[in-house]
Amino acid sequence: MTRIVVLTAGLSVPSSTRLLADRLAAATLSALGDVEIEVIELRPLAHALADHLLTGFPTGELADAIDEVRRADGLIVVTPVFSASYSGLFKTFVDVLELGLLDGKPVLIAATAGTARHSLVLDYALRPLFSYLHAVVVPTAVFAASEDFGDTSGGQLAERIERAAGELAALVGKVDPSARRRRTVEDEFADPTPFEELLRNAGGPGPGPAGQSTR
Amino acid sequence: MQFGIFTVGDVTTDPTTGRTPTEHERIKNTVAIAKKAEEVGLDVVAVGQHHNPPFVASSPTTTLAYIGAQTERIMLSTATTLITTTDPVRIAEDYGMLQHLTDGRMDLMLGRGNTGPVYPWFGKDIRDGINLAIENYALLNRLWHEDVVDWEGRFRTPLQGFTATPRPLDGVPPFVWHGSIRSPEIAEQAAFYGDGFFSNHIFWPASHTAQMVSLYRRRFEHYGHGSADQAIVGLGGQVFMRKNSQDAVREFRPYFDNAPVYGHGPSLEEFTAETPLTVGSPQEVIEKTLGFREYAGDYQRQLFLVDHAGLPLKTVLEQLDLLGEEVVPVLRKELAALRPDHVPDAPTHASLVAAAAARAERSSEPASVVEPVETTVSA
Repeated sequence: MTRIVVLTAGLSVPSSTRLLADRLAAATLSALGDVEIEVIELRPLAHALADHLLTGFPTGELADAIDEVRRADGLIVVTPVFSASYSGLFKTFVDVLELGLLDGKPVLIAATAGTARHSLVLDYALRPLFSYLHAVVVPTAVFAASEDFGDTSGGQLAERIERAAGELAALVGKVDPSARRRRTVEDEFADPTPFEELLRNAGGPGPGPAGQSTR
Repeated sequence: MQFGIFTVGDVTTDPTTGRTPTEHERIKNTVAIAKKAEEVGLDVVAVGQHHNPPFVASSPTTTLAYIGAQTERIMLSTATTLITTTDPVRIAEDYGMLQHLTDGRMDLMLGRGNTGPVYPWFGKDIRDGINLAIENYALLNRLWHEDVVDWEGRFRTPLQGFTATPRPLDGVPPFVWHGSIRSPEIAEQAAFYGDGFFSNHIFWPASHTAQMVSLYRRRFEHYGHGSADQAIVGLGGQVFMRKNSQDAVREFRPYFDNAPVYGHGPSLEEFTAETPLTVGSPQEVIEKTLGFREYAGDYQRQLFLVDHAGLPLKTVLEQLDLLGEEVVPVLRKELAALRPDHVPDAPTHASLVAAAAARAERSSEPASVVEPVETTVSA
């Protein structure tokens, strides 16, 4: 079954970030129908994330969360805006993902803030981040300021949520997960690059991440 | 089964006193630790290679030759020899010389090094780390197995009609281990050559080591060197002991909390649960170490890290006493009892000479015990 993982980096309980995440999840559920949705709050992983930065390996629930992301067919990621960008907690989670893990994965980006003046954060911070990671970023990104949860936005937030969820639904399953994906350590364990190929690659044209053939 | 210690040669401030040893002290202490390791009956001492502070271990063969001259029996090794930034011709020469000087009482473990700036200091690029390890070792292997080598590769100037001297003692090159924390390609490389594979083990969870060792064993069999359980595996370990478990925890905690590698992160208890670190009584160390074979299989070499994080020399020597008197004798006996007969010991110079002689006898060729490695692929 199609699996969508929702990452939400709100710090308070309840948080507007989680509120937006839930609405995006619900819209994606109705757009896709037959889908399993797993919501991962990053707040309880804060200690494990700091430990991972220092030790280099994930433990317990963090390891499980990374594995959920690995196996997901698509992601919905929602961060509060802190100092004009994604939050440090949100970025830390992204930082510990192995290179190649998001290759070709459809991602819906979303953010919340106290004021609509931050709305471009989606396009100058989140979109380049996920482009760098070779994710397929959904065209419509969703920003919600506090006022959008009231009547003043004239229902525009709901419209954007629906449009973004529809775009995510259209992409999920359409990107061949194995095509053009960089090889990860997991891939090497399952299907090691034979030594003869490693030796051929060693004499290759120039510096580059080693052992990352496109087999 | 071999038991020993490995050191990376770091100069680290003792967090309980604020005192930092001088480089001279650290170098002399390393020698004292190695001599003590032999005295308490350990089998192996391995020193590191680094080219940046706070490490003093820039010259492993000099250190090992000096230790070798003052010891009788202990096997000298490295943890690790940098195959990426050291010219393989120099490795062939330096370790070839060490092999002769120590009458074969040495081997070496190759590693890549993970400090970005060190690579350009030696004209290399860390993004080529795996490629350097693969190509440089392909050359090193030929330099030791072939008397005259023509070579052209990507990473060093070509060689025409080159002979690395001295030639290996008794025509048998030093045994090579390939060390890695997390690169499956290195396990594949070790398996291809039928060399040893050493999993650093100490910084990462057991599940990861299990994956690395299992890959190496599987591919060792694939390349026809024997069955998977006959592959030559080494593991790191990290211990701090006192007779009384609570004393060990109390004394080691400030060193753990401030350790350069994992300090200020997980608690001692969390890290102990996740990794091979054991802080406690000798009995606890024995129990945890006996558990390693459950996920790594019957293995050949166990090296402990005991001299890190700013621990003073006196404490390190006390750790060696405990290892030699209370831990290793029990592990030796218990692991030998569990090991099936067809699982080999770690190769030594004597066993390699005997194996070469047996091969020469089987083949119809005359006298020479030198035999080119069967599966070398030229680069």
